[in-house]
Amino acid sequence: MAPVPYKVGEHPDLPPPVSVTGPLAWLRNNLFSSPTNIVMTLVSVWLLYELIPPMLDWMFFDAAFSGENRDACRAQAGGACWAFIAERFRLFTYGFYPAEERWRVNLAFVLLLAALVPVLYDRLPARKIGLYYSMAFPLIAGWLLLGGWGLAPVDTDQFGGFMLTLVIGVTGIAFSLPIGILLALGRQSSLPIIRLFCVGFIEFIRGVPLITLLFVASTMLNYFLPKGTVFDLLLRVLIMVTLFASAYMAEVIRGGLQAIPKGQVEAAEAIGMKYWQSMRLVVLPQALKISIPGIVNTFIGLYKDTTLVIIIGLLDPLGIGRSSLADTKWTGLHNEVYLFVAIFFFISCFSMSRYSLYLEKKLKTEHDH
Amino acid sequence: MPALSVFEGNFLSRLWNDKETRSLVVQVIATLAFFAFFAYIIRNAYVNLEALGKGFSYEFLFQTSAYDINQHLIEYSSKSTHFTAMLVGILNTLLVAVCGIALSTVVGFILGVLRLSKNWLTNRLAYIYIEFVRNVPVLLHILLVHGIIVNTLPIPRQAISVGDGAFLTNRGFFVPKPIYEPAFWGVIAVFVAGLAFFAWFRKYAKRVQDDTGAQYPVFWIGVGAIVGAPLLAFVAFGAPISWDVPSLQRFNFAGGMVVRPEFIALWLALSLYTAAFIGEIVRAGIQAVSRGQTEAAYALSISRGRTLTLVVIPQALRAIIPPLTSQYLNLAKNSSLAIAIGYMDIVATIGGISLNQTGREMECMLIVLLLYLLLSLAISATMNWYNRRIKLVER
Repeated sequence: MAPVPYKVGEHPDLPPPVSVTGPLAWLRNNLFSSPTNIVMTLVSVWLLYELIPPMLDWMFFDAAFSGENRDACRAQAGGACWAFIAERFRLFTYGFYPAEERWRVNLAFVLLLAALVPVLYDRLPARKIGLYYSMAFPLIAGWLLLGGWGLAPVDTDQFGGFMLTLVIGVTGIAFSLPIGILLALGRQSSLPIIRLFCVGFIEFIRGVPLITLLFVASTMLNYFLPKGTVFDLLLRVLIMVTLFASAYMAEVIRGGLQAIPKGQVEAAEAIGMKYWQSMRLVVLPQALKISIPGIVNTFIGLYKDTTLVIIIGLLDPLGIGRSSLADTKWTGLHNEVYLFVAIFFFISCFSMSRYSLYLEKKLKTEHDH
Repeated sequence: MPALSVFEGNFLSRLWNDKETRSLVVQVIATLAFFAFFAYIIRNAYVNLEALGKGFSYEFLFQTSAYDINQHLIEYSSKSTHFTAMLVGILNTLLVAVCGIALSTVVGFILGVLRLSKNWLTNRLAYIYIEFVRNVPVLLHILLVHGIIVNTLPIPRQAISVGDGAFLTNRGFFVPKPIYEPAFWGVIAVFVAGLAFFAWFRKYAKRVQDDTGAQYPVFWIGVGAIVGAPLLAFVAFGAPISWDVPSLQRFNFAGGMVVRPEFIALWLALSLYTAAFIGEIVRAGIQAVSRGQTEAAYALSISRGRTLTLVVIPQALRAIIPPLTSQYLNLAKNSSLAIAIGYMDIVATIGGISLNQTGREMECMLIVLLLYLLLSLAISATMNWYNRRIKLVER
């Protein structure tokens, strides 16, 4: 066969050889590029082999999904006993909220999702009206959950389970951001006394563990109030958690504020803006944008810290799980409970951190150098 | 006159419209509000305590505590005072905080390096570990590890034996207890002398290198002085140490040393949790060193290892230290969750049993808060000192 004549420079580009692009090349580059690399791959594969099959067996293939009690589970399978979680699922979700009123919790949850939409998506039509609704949501949810004004009142000591986690988490998140902003501005203020108070507050809160503050709230707070004042335990916890998170929030936002060049404030003053105007319109939008990763991390920290309330006797999912373990029917099923609660927290916290990454990318206005 | 228009209007609006006076007014009001608030709550506390007939006093600290603490680093029994109980609690908190900081740093740095590994599989494994661990509350980790130790490990009779002297059981880990003979202090003295010699020698070698360019094998001389010399001394003194090995009695082990399950659970859970955060900090720190630095070092034909120790790590540390400090602080503060599994730290001793026995909530909680503030201050002061030492010296 005669060679096809090509003119110089007109030969069509050939694809790169398979040995550089194909899956084999990928394997060679990423898993077997050097002796150390090969050893690491082998160790990783061995680890996976040792961990994954037994875990899958325990969780799914050798697990019991129904049964009256622990012994019934054990008779069926040697792995996890998910029947326990299934039986207690309502308790895990609603705590001791009265059964006939649980629709209110469900409704509040749906309303919460609706309130999140305008906050999370900025391309929503009529977003402004939506945001007003989001701001009003804590009041609406409070009314729905606590009752009064036409609804049967429910005592806060009947709150529990995932619902309690959400109540504490959402309240803390909603209120700690504005308080944190005020504290951060106070710490940067030119008024020495205000600065002193803010620094003192922030450093005190950041210097002690949340659990000691919760103890203070549960054991000591009554001493500081006029005799006979009744102060709901959940409300005390909410206040402490919010104050705790807002001190951390203030430090995150201060980092953002410090990154804004002084020229921005000076320019705002030069065109006649007052302090609050320059902060609201010029400095804070930029500072908050920089602080988004830190703010979301603080939210995630707060959300995880809601589990500490079990130590002062509130029953969040972990508390429900621990007290369920005391039931002789289900004794000894620690791993099931902890894994179930861990998955719940993992899903909520991981999605928060993913959203923060997405937001960071979207708000990034400068180009990489 | 128009110039006077600023001073028109009533007295109040004048106060408000002048920047200087306004800031003064705001601060005076804030101060008054602050003191009024504190006066109010302190008066309430005084009245309430008076009504209960309690008063405010720390005398109870010197009364008998009447409770046992299962892990005590200093002499303690139920006949000791509440004050001693508090010291035991402080030492237990410090113990778990120091051990936790050490382990979490080691594991965290390993995780950070694995996250940067070119090996795809290792990299992903480290990523999955980090994401799963740090998105689950630390209290859950503590309960989980404690549950595994107490429920999964065997009872002492069927203990898992590690080597020939250590035993893993659900009552704790039993390990041999070292018994030092007097000559052992000689070995310690040699070790200290080795450390001092190495500190001096490093400075000396640097001076010689700065002056003449000649290099001493500093690393190997260091190994010789710190490890080699004490080993020689150990052999020369005739191995002046013996081990008290635990042995199985009827129901439990006798002799040796027991590391209690509460301590192990708290230590492992806190370390592994914090390590996930440290791993991400280390990764970010190393990535923050621009690639040009490494390439420049290679271009100067500096070896891979020396590039890492002389060029990359010193610069990465600057980005790593400040967030690392807050992780250490978090670990120390999270150690207060010990109370969930019954490890006797500050919160569980003076803020827990002592508080319940004496009914002195105010006094006990004040002590606990102050102790944690001191601990936090100490950690930040140390890390700030270290940070200043390694900071970039700018013009």
